[in-house]
Parts: sequence; structure tokens; C-alpha cells
Amino acid sequence: MVVSALRKSPVVIGNSAATAAPAVSVRNIDVTFGAGDAAVTALAGVSVDIPEGSLVTMLGPSGCGKSTLLRAIADLVPTSAGEITVLGRSPQQARQDRNFSFVFQDSTLLPWRSAIDNVRLPLEVGGTHAAHGEPANLLELVGLKGRENALPSELSGGMRQRVSIARALVTKPKILLMDEPFGALDEITRDKLNEELLRIWQETGTTVVFVTHSIPEAAFLGEHVLVLASHPGRVKEFMPINLPHPRQLKVRDTIEFVRITAHLRQLLEEC
Amino acid sequence: MANVTHQSAIIPDRSLFNILDKVADKLPAVLAVIGLIGLWQLVVWGFSVPTYMAPGPADVLNAFRENSTVLWNNFWPTLFEAALGFVFGNLVAILLAILFVHSRTAERAFYPIAVFVNTIPIIAVAPILVLILGNGYAPKIVIAALICFFPTLVNMVRGLKAVQPATLELMRVLSASGSEVFWKVRIQSSLPFLFAALKIASTTCVIGAIVAEWIGSNYGLGALIIEATYNFRSPLLYATVFTAALLAVSLFTIVSVVEKRVIHWKAQGVH
Ligand SMILES: Nc1ncnc2c1ncn2[C@@H]1O[C@H](COP(=O)(O)OP(=O)(O)O)[C@@H](O)[C@H]1O
Ligand SMILES: [Mg+2]
Repeated sequence: MVVSALRKSPVVIGNSAATAAPAVSVRNIDVTFGAGDAAVTALAGVSVDIPEGSLVTMLGPSGCGKSTLLRAIADLVPTSAGEITVLGRSPQQARQDRNFSFVFQDSTLLPWRSAIDNVRLPLEVGGTHAAHGEPANLLELVGLKGRENALPSELSGGMRQRVSIARALVTKPKILLMDEPFGALDEITRDKLNEELLRIWQETGTTVVFVTHSIPEAAFLGEHVLVLASHPGRVKEFMPINLPHPRQLKVRDTIEFVRITAHLRQLLEEC
Repeated sequence: MANVTHQSAIIPDRSLFNILDKVADKLPAVLAVIGLIGLWQLVVWGFSVPTYMAPGPADVLNAFRENSTVLWNNFWPTLFEAALGFVFGNLVAILLAILFVHSRTAERAFYPIAVFVNTIPIIAVAPILVLILGNGYAPKIVIAALICFFPTLVNMVRGLKAVQPATLELMRVLSASGSEVFWKVRIQSSLPFLFAALKIASTTCVIGAIVAEWIGSNYGLGALIIEATYNFRSPLLYATVFTAALLAVSLFTIVSVVEKRVIHWKAQGVH
């Protein structure tokens, strides 16, 4: 099993501090689904460090194990070998301490709750939580001021995903895990939300791990891109993206950006 | 813009138009009913159908006037039986559905029995229950309850399980307890399924009560139907049947109104 060496960015950009302990540390993990002949090895020997405060995008072909890795970090999938620590704790402990939030591809809003009541949901379950954001302010942060009482069915796909991001932020998580959150949206909405995610990331200082299968999205958002190869899922490269922050959409028209995406495309072809 | 303000100045009362809209909405149905009643009267006149065989609408209307006390006195027992049967049948179904989603063992033990009970025609069980429970209200209530029970059980189980896997994962990330998942997610998502079943039950419970009254009773609309038939009092028979239909429609309307109050969101996948 080839595990590529971790490449740490020598240049500090964006929110990351090179000296801080990693927010998420994945050490040589395997994830296997099923048993016996039907067993599927989704991840084999994966190691990666997510620096605190950074925005790491995870890129790879469909079925290579991106969701599985994110779910393992979120304590939604058990690992068969290796170790994951989240802020120095086990994923389970980190989940119970509300250290991270998860944003799904489908917004998973409760259809009977208004936007603001959906944002409140995390505060109503899983015990009492001292530190939390103000739901109304969070809806404003994601650009939904005035739509607090709208039901999910009255909102567009993009707006629903904004609500689910506000809901993820309400617990003031140190880490935001996002599994193709904009995958089901049209390109124009996706571009807009990409820019807004960068703004929110810089305003909140949260560590973000963002799964995508779009090369431009991975390059535009990420301070690092974690490229995964499939069968079995393994780390292909942990590539720093040396584009200055704050980034705007037009950075995608620069030669520098095209070079990065060309490199990523080549890596994916080798997968 | 100016045009719009101008118009709203001319139209002082929007609610009047809403009412007219609603009337226009119902107009085809009202006209169809009036047409059918007219046709019925014409057929009865045209072919000189004897009254005992098939009374015309005028005869039936007359029967309503002449027998209003009798109809009224027999209406109440049937309403009482149907309503209590509705309450008990649905209550047991809901509680059993909740038990089923909490315990696979309970579901596997009792679901086949419930299916079996459902396959016995109600008309066949009715005499047995009358033999066991006597001639009072009890067998009628039990039969009305029995007829409500199964559709509600099936729908409620389906509704409680109709939660997206991603929503359950969200609740897990939030470290929600089992009872929080039940009250905040499962119960809510089951409501559209429950009301679909309650609407069916609101009319079948009347059928149950009437069928039970046929077997052995001196009161109720069912007993009146039997008596009117044996005495060739056809106009009274028709009037009784219409009264029973009116009872069922009223119960259906009550359930629909409650549904609109309780569920103000659009549910998907409910039939
Ligand atoms: N719950 C599961 N049970 C069995 N196999 C699974 C499960 N989840 C994922 N897999 C398998 O693991 C592999 C990686 O899946 P996934 O992480 O969803 O890929 P990606 O998100 O990169 O598209 C796939 O081959 C998939 O079939
Ligand atoms: Mg995936």
C-alpha cells in the first residue's frame, strides 16, 4: 500500500498557523464495510493532518472514499485500524463535546420547521450547551435575513443549504465537516456559495474540511487539497494551494489557478 | 407600479373576491349534484317507479320531515359508537405502531397477527362479537374500532419509519438521544401518514357501527335501515342512508380541519 508522504505547506496563508497542533489527525486508518467475501475496503492506510483554522478540500473520483473519510472523522463510520484524533480527543468524545458540525449534501432540514427553528435544532437536542450562536444572526450571516419564518419547501435549494450551514454554525464548532454541500446546486448558485463560504470561514476562524468532486471548487476553496485515489481509497497527494486570501471568483481566470487545476486533473487521471 | 396602487384602491375588499372564488370553485360540483337529483326525480316520474321500490327525491325529503325525531334519536347512538370506535381503534393502532418501531421482536411477533385479523371480513366477525359482548354498545364500538385499526397501524408504522437516513445521521452528529429523535423527528414525520389513515377511519368507523347494528340492535341508524327495509318504508330507508352518509362526511370534515391545523407543511410520499 503506497501512502504518500505528507507535504506541509511552508508558507502560512489564510487562517492556519503552522505551529499549532492539527485540528484533525488521521493516522494510518483502514475502513472496511461488510465481512468475509462481501467485504469492501473503502480506505486503506490513510494518514493526514488538518491544520487548525485551515480550509482543506478533499478531491477524488466518485466512490474513492471521500465521504467515508469524512464520516470516520465525524464518528459516523467505525475504523478497522489506525487512529483518528479530533482536537486531541477521540471522534466520539469530540462529537459529544460538539467540537464539529456536519453539513450533508442534501440539506436535511426538517420540513415542518421554519428556517430559524431548523437552525435552533442543535440547541434543543443532545443535552444543554453553554456556548452557542444566535440563530437570527447566523441566518443573516448566510444571507437569509427576512426569511426566518419560511418553511424549507418555500426556499430554493441554495437557500436550504444556507440554512443548513447556519444550523451547523449555531453550536460554534471548531471544525466544519462538509460532504459535497453544493453538489446538487446549479453552477451560478454554487459559485456564489463558494465565495460566501470563504467569507464565513474567515469571519468565524473555523477549520473546514470540504469534500467535492469538482476540481475548480477544490482549488478555489482549499488552502490544501487532499487528493484521494480509489480502490482502495488512499491519499494521493496533500497539495498546498498558494493563492492569496481573500479569494474572489476571478482568481479562477489566472494562469496560476489554471496551472493548479491542470496539476489536479493530472493527479486524478493517475488515480 | 402606479397601476397596481390604482387597482387596489378600486378593489376595496379582497375577501369578497376570495369568497366568490371559492363559490366558483365549488360551482361545478354543486351543479352536478343538482343535475343528478333532477335526473333521479325525472326517472322516477317518467317510468312511474313505485315508491316502495325507489322513492323520488321529493319522497325522501318528505320522509326527512316526517321522521325527523326518529332519525335524530337513532343518529346519536350511531355517532357515539362510531366516535368511540374511532378513538379506541386508532389509539391502539398508534400505540402498537410506536411499540413496533421500538422493538423489532414485538413487530415480528404481532404484525402477522394484525395482518391475519385484518383478512377476516368484518361482516363475519360481527356476529361472533355480538355473541360474546351482548346486545349493548360494546360490540358496536369494538367492531367500529376493529375496522379503523389496521389502516392506521400500517400507515403509522410507515410514517414513523419514513425518516431519511441522512436526518438520522444528523441527529447522531448532534448526539441526540433516542427519545429526542422520536419526539422531534419520527412523530412529526409520521403525522401526514397518520392523518391519511385517520381520514379513511373517519368514514369506515361509521360503516363498522352500522354493520354491527344490523346484527343485533334496536337502536341506531343500522337498526333503522333494517326496520325500514322490512316494512317497505323506502323513503325512510333512503333518508336513513343519507343521514349515515352525512355523519361520515361530517367526521371526515372534522379530521380534515384538524389536519390542516396540525400540518402546515407539505409532506412528500404520502398516499
Ligand atoms: N455503508 C456502506 N456499506 C458498504 N459499502 C459502503 C458504504 N459506504 C460506502 N461504501 C463503499 O465505500 C466506497 C467509498 O464510498 P464513499 O466514501 O461514499 O465514496 P465517495 O464519497 O468518494 O464517492 C465505495 O466503494 C462504496 O461503495
Ligand atoms: Mg460521497
